[in-house]
Amino acid sequence: MTKKGPVTISSKKSRRDFIKKVKELSGQNLQLCYQCGMCTGNCPSATSMDISPRRIIEFARLGLEEDIASSKTVWVCASCLACTVNCPRGFDLSRVMEAIRLLTLRKNVDRVRPEDIPPEERCDLPQIAMVSGLRKFTG
Amino acid sequence: MSLAYYPGCTLKTRARNLEEPAVASMKALGFKLDEVPGWNCCGAVYSLAEDDLIHQVAPVRNLIRVKKQGKTELVTLCAFCLNTLKRANLLMRNDPEKRDTLNDFIDEGIDYRGDVKVVHLLEVLRDEIGWEALSQRVKLPLRGLKAAPYYGCTLLRPREVAIDDVENPTVLGHFLRALGASPVDFPESTRCCGSYQVVSSPDGISEYARPILNSALARGAEALVLTCPLCDYNLGRAQKELAKKQSGFREMPLFYFTQLLGLALGLGPDVCRFELNHGRPESLLSEKGLLSEVESVQPIGG
Repeated sequence: MTKKGPVTISSKKSRRDFIKKVKELSGQNLQLCYQCGMCTGNCPSATSMDISPRRIIEFARLGLEEDIASSKTVWVCASCLACTVNCPRGFDLSRVMEAIRLLTLRKNVDRVRPEDIPPEERCDLPQIAMVSGLRKFTG
Repeated sequence: MSLAYYPGCTLKTRARNLEEPAVASMKALGFKLDEVPGWNCCGAVYSLAEDDLIHQVAPVRNLIRVKKQGKTELVTLCAFCLNTLKRANLLMRNDPEKRDTLNDFIDEGIDYRGDVKVVHLLEVLRDEIGWEALSQRVKLPLRGLKAAPYYGCTLLRPREVAIDDVENPTVLGHFLRALGASPVDFPESTRCCGSYQVVSSPDGISEYARPILNSALARGAEALVLTCPLCDYNLGRAQKELAKKQSGFREMPLFYFTQLLGLALGLGPDVCRFELNHGRPESLLSEKGLLSEVESVQPIGG
């Protein structure tokens, strides 16, 4: 379900330290984005996201940490970089997605627990799936 | 001619059918794929965080071992490994501060500066051998095989590591034409297969694959041609699910490009390990007369 309602911006909701951490971890200038939506248009996962890739950038630069933290968007991103190569502003959204993932994972909150993956599945998955999956979903 | 070669983990287990025909084919073409001594896992995905240097250690150590091997170029087969090694290499070339930190930490006795050239085997075939020369070595032209090149993500994105045009890649199409096959272009050839999402959402993978497979089928493809073991896994798995969910869905074989190379060079089906593929490719090859003929072709020496 995509969240399409109005976004409330207030000094109570905006987290400046969150904006700073996203910028530092991603190395990206969030103000570069002019919200054209090429990222969302090219994203193969966008239909499964509750906050679209374009809106993630807007939410991040407004410091809406709670909205982003409760969203599944960054966990649905496959880091395919379709957004990155199609951005007319040279903005690398994949790095912002990674920064937001890490801000959760570094609180020791894992999104996948290897022991929860059924043994037959663990044997079946190729190593590059296991290594990359655990790199993206565990801290 | 000997080339430093990085296989990566998956090629030694699930993707023997990617590696074995590559090694045999390159030998037939006069190249020895020489494994980097003591190689380790590349980490599979490149770290996208500015402060995460520890995940650069694994790929950089491999690059240092290429130097120790006395080589200046590294050949990869797995698209994931290519991407991770090539991006880590660019970091070492372009970021002096991170380079120094990594060199101090790794302490392998070489102050590595990103000077190894990381290439994919397709680039060796295109740039060092050439399509015309390759076509002259073909003993069994793959006539009538309508195969759709599927690039996925990691051969082409980001731009700075792309082995071809990001939006309109042609390398696999030229490769297939050199082998005598009929490449089938389709617009979803660079769309993501779902990648590592199969670990967290295995049931969602078929939705990534559906537009890719339907698009290739609609344009008359009889098989997909791949370079990545994770694409192979996801597209194979998704086809089994779609065959149950989507009425009229037709499964199609998935080939690694190296298998078609080995077959066309006349190395025989045993080298190609078709029994490990999704979608019973032997039936399709047999239908095209590509398995019966090959038995009479003598392997060429190297």
